[in-house]
Amino acid sequence: MTDRGHASAVAHVTGEALFVHDQAQRDGNALYGWPVQAAHAHARVLHIDEGPALALPGVRAVLTAADVPGTNWIGPARHDEALFPDEVQYHGQPVCWVLADDEATARAGAAAVRIDCEVLPALRSLDAAIAAGSFHTAPQAIAAGDVAAALAAAPHRFAGELRLPAQEHFYLETQAAYVRPDGEGGYHVLAATQHPAETQATVAHVLGLPAHRVTVEVVRIGGGFGGKESQASGVAAVAAVGCARTGRPVAIRLDRQRDATITGKRHPFLAKWRAGAGPDGRLVAFDVELCGDGGSSLDLSKAILARALFHVDGAYAVPALRVVGRVARTNLPSNTAFRGFGAPQAAAVAEEVQDHVARALGLPPETVRERNLYRPGDRTHYGQPVRDAERIGRIWRELLASSRFAERRAAIAAWNGAHAHHKRGIAITPVKFGIGFTTTFLNQAGAHVLVYRDGSVLGRHGGTEMGQGLHTKILAVAARTLGVPESGVRIVSTRTDQVPNTSATAASSGSDLNGAAVAAAARELRQRLLPHAAALLGCAPEAVEFAAGSALGAGRAVPFAAVVEAAFLARTSLAATGFHATPGLHFDAAAGRGEPFGYFVFGAAVSEVEVDGCTGQHRLLAVDVLHDVGDSLAPAIDRGQIEGGFVQGVGWLTCEEVRFGPAGELLTRNASTYKLPGIGECPAGFRVATLERATEPGAVFGSKAVGEPPFLLALSVREALRDAVAAFRGPGPVALDCPATPEAVYWAIHGRPDAEPPAD
Amino acid sequence: MGGALHFVLNGEPVEVAGVDPRTTLLHWLRARGLTGAKEACGEGECGACAVVSVVPGRDGGSRYVAQNACLLLLPEADGAEIWTVEGFGRAGALHPVQQAIVAAHGSQCGYCTPGFVAALFAHHYAAHRPAPEQALAGNLCRCTGYRALREVAAGLPAPAAGDPFAARLRAPAPAARALHYEAAGARFDRPGSLAGALELRARHPEAVLLAGGTDLVAELNQRGSAPRHLISLGAVAELRACAGRGGTVTIGAGATWREIEERFAGRVPLFAQLLPRFASPLVRERATLGGNLMTASPVGDGAVALLALDAEAELASPHGSRRVPLHEFFAGYRRTVVGPGEILAAVHVPAAPPSLARFHKVTKRELDDIACVSAAIALWLDGGTVTRARLAFGGVAPTPARALAAEQALVGRRLDAASLAACQAAVAAAFRPISDVRASAAYRSALLGSLLARTWAEASP
Ligand SMILES: Cc1cc2nc3c(=O)[nH]c(=O)nc-3n(C[C@H](O)[C@H](O)[C@H](O)COP(=O)(O)OP(=O)(O)OC[C@H]3O[C@@H](n4cnc5c(N)ncnc54)[C@H](O)[C@@H]3O)c2cc1C
Ligand code: FES
Ligand code: FES
Repeated sequence: MTDRGHASAVAHVTGEALFVHDQAQRDGNALYGWPVQAAHAHARVLHIDEGPALALPGVRAVLTAADVPGTNWIGPARHDEALFPDEVQYHGQPVCWVLADDEATARAGAAAVRIDCEVLPALRSLDAAIAAGSFHTAPQAIAAGDVAAALAAAPHRFAGELRLPAQEHFYLETQAAYVRPDGEGGYHVLAATQHPAETQATVAHVLGLPAHRVTVEVVRIGGGFGGKESQASGVAAVAAVGCARTGRPVAIRLDRQRDATITGKRHPFLAKWRAGAGPDGRLVAFDVELCGDGGSSLDLSKAILARALFHVDGAYAVPALRVVGRVARTNLPSNTAFRGFGAPQAAAVAEEVQDHVARALGLPPETVRERNLYRPGDRTHYGQPVRDAERIGRIWRELLASSRFAERRAAIAAWNGAHAHHKRGIAITPVKFGIGFTTTFLNQAGAHVLVYRDGSVLGRHGGTEMGQGLHTKILAVAARTLGVPESGVRIVSTRTDQVPNTSATAASSGSDLNGAAVAAAARELRQRLLPHAAALLGCAPEAVEFAAGSALGAGRAVPFAAVVEAAFLARTSLAATGFHATPGLHFDAAAGRGEPFGYFVFGAAVSEVEVDGCTGQHRLLAVDVLHDVGDSLAPAIDRGQIEGGFVQGVGWLTCEEVRFGPAGELLTRNASTYKLPGIGECPAGFRVATLERATEPGAVFGSKAVGEPPFLLALSVREALRDAVAAFRGPGPVALDCPATPEAVYWAIHGRPDAEPPAD
Repeated sequence: MGGALHFVLNGEPVEVAGVDPRTTLLHWLRARGLTGAKEACGEGECGACAVVSVVPGRDGGSRYVAQNACLLLLPEADGAEIWTVEGFGRAGALHPVQQAIVAAHGSQCGYCTPGFVAALFAHHYAAHRPAPEQALAGNLCRCTGYRALREVAAGLPAPAAGDPFAARLRAPAPAARALHYEAAGARFDRPGSLAGALELRARHPEAVLLAGGTDLVAELNQRGSAPRHLISLGAVAELRACAGRGGTVTIGAGATWREIEERFAGRVPLFAQLLPRFASPLVRERATLGGNLMTASPVGDGAVALLALDAEAELASPHGSRRVPLHEFFAGYRRTVVGPGEILAAVHVPAAPPSLARFHKVTKRELDDIACVSAAIALWLDGGTVTRARLAFGGVAPTPARALAAEQALVGRRLDAASLAACQAAVAAAFRPISDVRASAAYRSALLGSLLARTWAEASP
């Protein structure tokens, strides 16, 4: 465990931390690219007139499909995205790109390019796609128990429909890549990608080169959240095509509008559910249909849907559960990974059902939720035992107590009684999140650790640093394994020429996988150093211990550097590779059975809100979180992940609203119309605690993944808002649209006027 | 022809010539290798581009202000003193603000961090530090969730004795000066007087006036095209002049919202309610009252408040000046009655404070958000009976507008259920709001009624 903060914190605050575009600007000799975007959601490109652009001084080239030496087709799972399309699949899709001496000129050039199109019919919404039978995938199902029978026999039956919205990633650093020729027939790609190996493969395919001619390097990413898992590769590939064509370094940085209109978002979902419950609110049957909007190409939608299917149980045991899901194909930007990867959408449905059942039966929602929580011995609907399920109950009880839930519930009831126009609400919701890529082969990682003669250590691994503090944690792992101080270790940029064939930094798995790989490499080095330490100390190798920069044994100590020097003089290799593959994972998609996850992360949050009945505006008054991070590798970093994930979730659920216009054009293209949480949305009281006694045996130093699960804690805010709405309305279920914007909350309280069709 | 720009950057004098005047300060800094300030929106919303300028403070001294470099055109920096994150401190010699962020774990990906450093730097040296939420309302962070950054803002110690940045504030700030600059086929004028500005305007009808640029430059960045000739009002001292005589308040069109906040928040009714909800502190340092009215935005906050106060606009032209009541000022969607040769010079707010004044602004996000509906309600009461009413609304018509019939109908009535119902009906009849990205027409209509109800409830608790 390390107390230190982010390894780059000082570079961040001084502005010395370089991002992709910063590097290009400092080098000062790149051409800059700007896309020419389609003005139709679906159209055939008939003709591109580059002339007016090329006539502008400073414009160097217009890149089209004719400039692609290799394949024009890319895509992470299915190569169904044309880099330079002859058939436009969504409004705003780049048709071709202009290269110029600077961005302003490239932009002017792009505005000058004329494109003739034949407009084709387009599917501009999820509903339109469903109606037209337009899908990327066949239905995928998971079932446990006999749902139809259980529903029929249930004492109480309920049904509903919920729409989960899209969400713009709004990583502060927009998509960027900077490609330089290496002078030897190869290319160096500095990219903001969460998946360097895939970006490398994409660039190589597009250029028609073997992978060893393309090196992708990631120094740091200004926020990814999944948005740069698959969709960073296209930008890099275009820059590489430009570099190949002109022989000049080429930098592309999408501005915010381009980024928002070109790249995909969190998948919107339509959920239709039926549930059966006993009089005590215990669920006996749960039948759900999920349809996600994949957008124009498949991208990662299949895996995202799979994670949604795996998480539709929330943290609740249901004896008979059936979930069927499908990915629709629309003429909208291709939706992609976003923190939680389908799980938040699914868990929102689970919470919707819990609340609906509770209010329909006149029971407190927290009571119904507690009754339904997984208990030791339970299995999920796909048959995986919920290992450590006792933690859910423990977290629940500890959090109820530490947040003084019962007391506050009573105080809120009194407060609500005294206020007619404002009401408060409170809710507690649980989190259970499966860790591991559900595509089993992705659960592997490689690393490379070097020791120099002065005892300083340099590590590299396949994970990317995007703010989550991965390098900081890995540094701590390497230091601890080798018994050297953290100041003696450096983790450097991720490079495909150093660590090949890596997985994306995604699925919260970065430190689990790469930490284990680095630990393996460091252990290997320690093993090699042991005999030399033993010889210096005059004791048996088994008696040697490495700690705080020294080798200890026989009551003596020698500096780590001295051991390294001795090993070097004895001609010992001081470089080691490490590898990790998570054991025991398997899933049979056809049967819907298996153990896709290494373990589960648990947590719970209590949120209290206040709603203004006149306007529907609301405030988040207080939040209490109790979260399971195992034995934290870096508590300050984990806290940051929990808080940041929570607030991002609050944004998705309350103020962030992606809107498209009638032509399929994105209306919310920038921060003035797309409101992400600002400092005013940070809850006044924000109390975050981590679960004690929570060692995770299989994982690196007993730690657990932390990236995505906290996002789901924000569901407590949505449920608290519903609680406040109920205080206005009285008993019975509360229909609340998502996101719960002031307008949505207003309609939840007052009812939407029938005459008026819903907005858009 | 040509000309050069001179300013002080991180303590060093710089001279710039030949750079297109429509280049933003942000893009110029970055192209120069000062890549600390970042672009994440280009429209003044995120603060990733924030830099610090030295501007006049009280008593002849100076203040540090954080500003959005994406909204500043390079020539606006002429004569200025600008600091970027690179100038505050270095590894091993961090500025106290930088140190505090590191200690609080206030950065994750680090992309927003230089902007937070700039905003906190200005906060650190502010004579009166606002609440942390206000100080950081113009900075977005997608990673941290803000708790740590809020604690940094709340916990900053006072500047240490001998802090060189603090010492600088005792000397005067550079004053804006007249400028003529041309490059890359574009021209930037900054006349030093109102007469000069009017003359340029008369000679160059195609030129566009630039005040704080928070509307204009944001728009240019989004559209990617800019006029070839800009006339900045930044050095016209007459436009900044404000006065309060005999209760009447005159606010120069060139006064920034920050200046208005400092001088008039407690004096002009409604302003104290409006100002904390207006844009962000970074934008308020630049945005002017004149620019706010001239955009004629249907949701312009200043316009809505001033309509309810019966303000008048003073328009200057080479032939003299004329006054237009604000409710005759807006000619249609984003149009005003200001003629091609005219400049909005000032706004006059009459004395006669209302008995009750309420400003409501309904937004998706509490701070730094544009209203979907706003309402400014001013009532003059005599023994509980309405003698005069002004009901102004934003977001429900093509321009900010008053509900004249409803105002009439209120006169002579008490604030009871019957007058509320009548007022709601009259207001509903006056407007036909539309649906857009911010809200549906139905919600806007509903808000009209409920904001009135809220006001009635607050008036007679
Ligand atoms: C992040 C952000 C948040 C914002 N939030 C709000 C908000 O909460 N409420 C709100 O109402 N507005 C808001 N705005 C809009 C804008 O900032 C204000 O309207 C501001 O007051 C405009 O003033 P300016 O000096 O920057 O105008 P500029 O951008 O300089 O000019 C705007 C227009 O007015 C013309 N003009 C300016 N001065 C004169 C003059 N004296 N005579 C004739 N023409 C003139 C210009 O030619 C231009 O067409 C926001 C803007 C941003 C970027
Ligand atoms: S870039 Fe976002 S405020 Fe300037
Ligand atoms: S630290 Fe990533 S945006 Fe703030």
